[in-house]
Amino acid sequence: MNVLAEPFAFEFFRQGLLAATLVGALCGMIGVYVILRRMSYIGHGLSHSVFGGAVVAYVVSINFYVGAGLWGFLSALLINATARRGKVGADAAIGIVTTASFAIGVALISKTRSFTRDFEAALFGNVLGVTPTDLVVVGATTALVAVFIVAFYKPLLFLTFDPDVAPIFGVRTGVVDTLFSLALAATIVASINVVGVTLIAATLVIPSSTARMLTDSFGRMIVYSTLLGAGSGLVGIYLSYWLDVSSGATIVLLEAAIFVVVSLVVWVLQRQTPWERDHQPRVVVASESHSDTR
Amino acid sequence: MIPTDRPPLVVFDDVTCGYGAVPVLEQVDLHIERGAFVGVVGPSGVGKTTLLRAMVGVVPRLRGRVTVDGRTVGNGDRPRVGWVPQLETVDWHFPATVSEVVLMGRWDVRPWWPRPTPEDRRSVDRLLERLGIGELGERNIRDLSGGQQQRVFLARAMIGDPLLLLLDEPTSGVDLKTRDEVLHLLAELNRDGMTIVLTTHELNAVAAHLPWVVCINGRIVAEGSPEDIFTDAILGQTYGAELRVVRQDGLILVADAAPHRLREALNHHHPGYEHAHHEHLDDEHVHAGGRAAR
Repeated sequence: MNVLAEPFAFEFFRQGLLAATLVGALCGMIGVYVILRRMSYIGHGLSHSVFGGAVVAYVVSINFYVGAGLWGFLSALLINATARRGKVGADAAIGIVTTASFAIGVALISKTRSFTRDFEAALFGNVLGVTPTDLVVVGATTALVAVFIVAFYKPLLFLTFDPDVAPIFGVRTGVVDTLFSLALAATIVASINVVGVTLIAATLVIPSSTARMLTDSFGRMIVYSTLLGAGSGLVGIYLSYWLDVSSGATIVLLEAAIFVVVSLVVWVLQRQTPWERDHQPRVVVASESHSDTR
Repeated sequence: MIPTDRPPLVVFDDVTCGYGAVPVLEQVDLHIERGAFVGVVGPSGVGKTTLLRAMVGVVPRLRGRVTVDGRTVGNGDRPRVGWVPQLETVDWHFPATVSEVVLMGRWDVRPWWPRPTPEDRRSVDRLLERLGIGELGERNIRDLSGGQQQRVFLARAMIGDPLLLLLDEPTSGVDLKTRDEVLHLLAELNRDGMTIVLTTHELNAVAAHLPWVVCINGRIVAEGSPEDIFTDAILGQTYGAELRVVRQDGLILVADAAPHRLREALNHHHPGYEHAHHEHLDDEHVHAGGRAAR
C-alpha cells in the first residue's frame, strides 16, 4: 500500500496530478463542442499556432501565457474572420494561419539554437515540471471555461446543432462563436505545458468521442466527456510515473485505450445475431423509420 | 389575398433584399393575412427561402420594410415567428433527445440557466402531447419516423407561442406517408388559427391544395388561389419552362411539357421511335399488370 502511495510524497507529482486532472476535464468539456462542430482540425491547428506565440514571447522576453495567449486569441479570431469571408474554406483558413504561426516558431528556434530544449515541454508536454503558476493558470482557465459553458449552454447547444436556424431564433451567432474561439484558445494555452502541442488535439477529441458512444443526450455527453478526460488525466499521470513513460503520451494512450474498449463493447451490444436479423419486424421498421436513408 | 377586417400579419412594402450587392428578391409587395395558409413556389435559387428569412430579419434588406404584427422586422426585437427547417439539413447523428431539441425554441427564457425549469418541462410535455408524440421526449431524434421528426421541429417552432409559422420545404425528401401526415397536421394547426407560410417544389401534391399561393422568380410573379393563378402563362413565367395545367373534376394537375417535346424531337430524328416507344410501354403495362395480378 505504501509503495502505491509513494509518488504522492513528491510535491511535483501532486501538482502534476492536479494539473493533468484539470486539463483532462477542461479538454473533455470543451472537446464535446469541438467534435460536434467538426472543429477537430481547429484544435490541432490552434495548438501549433500557440507554439509560434510561445517562441515569440520567449524571444521578446514577455510572460509565456501573455504571449501565447494573445497569439492564440488572434489566431482564433483570424481563422473565424477568414473562414467567414467564404472564398477561402474554413479548413484552408486554419491551415494558412496555424502553419504560418508554427513556422515562425520553428524559424526562431533554428535561428537561436540555445533555447531548443526549453520548447520540448511545449511540444511534447512535461506535466511533472508544472510550476505553481502553471497550476493557477490551469485552475483559473478551467473555472472560466466551465462558467462560460454553463452560462452559454443554451445558445451554444442551439448553434452547435443548427447553425443556420439559431440566428432566426435570436442567437447572436457572431458573439457566441467569438467567445467560443477565445475559450478554445485559452484551453490550448493552459494545456500546452501539460500535454504538449502534439497531443492537445487528442485530449480534445478522444474523451468526447468516447462519450458520444455512451449516450444520445447532449447534456449527458458533456458530463461523461468531462469525467472521462479528468479520469484519464488522473490515472494517466499515475501510470506514467510507474511506467516511466512521457506523461502526455500516457494520458493520450489511456484515453485511446478507453475509446477502443468502449467501441468494442458498444459494437458487441449493438450486434445482432443472424436469428435476430431474420426475425426483425421488417415492415414496421421500413415504414416507421427512414432516417438511415438520408 | 382576401382582406379581413384586421390588419395583415405580415407586410412587405417594396422590399429588395439579398446577400452582398446582388439582390435575390426585388420590389416585393406582399400582405399575409392572419390565419392564412400560404405556399411559396418557384424554381430553385429564386428567393423562396429568402422571402421566409426576410420575415425573421436575417437577410440584409437593401430597400423597403417588412413588418410582422405591426412591428418592423430587423430592428433588434425578434418577431414572434416559428421556423421549421428542411429535414434534409438536420444532423441526425447529433446527440440530442426530442426534449432537448424542442427546448432550443425556449433558449431565451432564462438564457443563462442551463437546466430546464419545471415550466419548461410542462410546456414541452403539453406541446408534444398536442402533436401526438407525447411519449417520445427522451428518445434520440434519429430514432423517430419522418413524420415524428417533422413534429419535433414543429414543436420547437411552436414552443415560443408564435403568431406565424414558417416552414422551409417541409415535404422535401420525405416519403408519401410522411408528407400526408405533415400536411394534415399543418391543416389542423391552421384550423386552430395559426398563420402558416411554407415553401414547396411540389405543385401538384402540395401547392395545388393550398388556399393561397405566391409564385416567385426573383420578384413576385403572381399570387392568388391555385384556381386563379395556376395557368400555363403564369407558371411558365415563374419557372421559365413550358408547363401545362390540366383541370378535371375540380382537380388541378400541372404537367411538365418537356418530356412531350423530347419525344416529338426524337420521333422527328428517329423515324419509328414513337411506334417502338409505345410498344415498349405496352409491354411494361402488361408486365406490371401481371405482377399485380400475382
